[in-house]
Amino acid sequence: MAQTSITEDSIRAALTERLKATHVEVQDMSGGCGQAFTSLVVSPEFEGKNSLKRHRLVNAALKDEIAQIHAWSAKCQTPDEYEKEMAVTGGKDEPPLDGTEGGKVTGVTE
Amino acid sequence: MFSRTIISRAVRQTAARSSAFAAVRPTPLSTPAPATSFLLSLASQRRLLSDAVRQAIDKAVASAPVVLFMKGTPETPQCGFSRASIQVLGLQGVDPNKFAAFNVLEDQELRQGIKEYSDWPTIPQLYIDKEFVGGCDIIVSMHQNGELAKLLEEKGVLLKEEGGQAEGETKE
Repeated sequence: MAQTSITEDSIRAALTERLKATHVEVQDMSGGCGQAFTSLVVSPEFEGKNSLKRHRLVNAALKDEIAQIHAWSAKCQTPDEYEKEMAVTGGKDEPPLDGTEGGKVTGVTE
Repeated sequence: MFSRTIISRAVRQTAARSSAFAAVRPTPLSTPAPATSFLLSLASQRRLLSDAVRQAIDKAVASAPVVLFMKGTPETPQCGFSRASIQVLGLQGVDPNKFAAFNVLEDQELRQGIKEYSDWPTIPQLYIDKEFVGGCDIIVSMHQNGELAKLLEEKGVLLKEEGGQAEGETKE
């Protein structure tokens, strides 16, 4: 089977479909060493789950996609948490960029 | 009697492996990484997580209360996410004597094996008391929301504060 290319749109579509995400932001953070994405995922399926379980849900939903790209980050929120953070920060709730330099991945990826 | 034989054989095998993996040394926070191979003798097994790899990773995970599987060494991280994770552990004041880092770039077996072992697709990976905590995103968010400080405190893996330092004073 031909390898399908992973895009911000394809990741967003996958999360919307597989995790019933109500809001997804995907951002390219590749620094030239391969495909790398960071994301904000808002889904009611995160209710009552701790951070590790939420990330595991996302990793499972994107198993094939993550296997094909070189770096992946996510912030997982329930719709309530997302709304609260948007209210507190004045509309600034975004994919995490920790570990990047100016929003780009550095070093040995893959 | 049958089961006992099996058990004692398993113990013997574990003991034999322990010596075979004597070259596996964790990297303390403060000293340079030794150029060791994690699983030199198992180079032929690439795909599936074999029992031997699993046991070697078991051992690595149990080698210190706080264990980080990373790209590069604490002194010279080879990836921004590993760098951020090491910085967080340093900021938290993790006791170097209770910490071990394993450089996955030095061993392909470890690099692939740890992903399957933890059911986690990315590096770095943090273990505390043999329990998987998460990767960089989780480490950073737990650092920011105070959960990491609480966990590390509970596990008794932080450097001991002396006298007035707890209040942020400099001790003469």
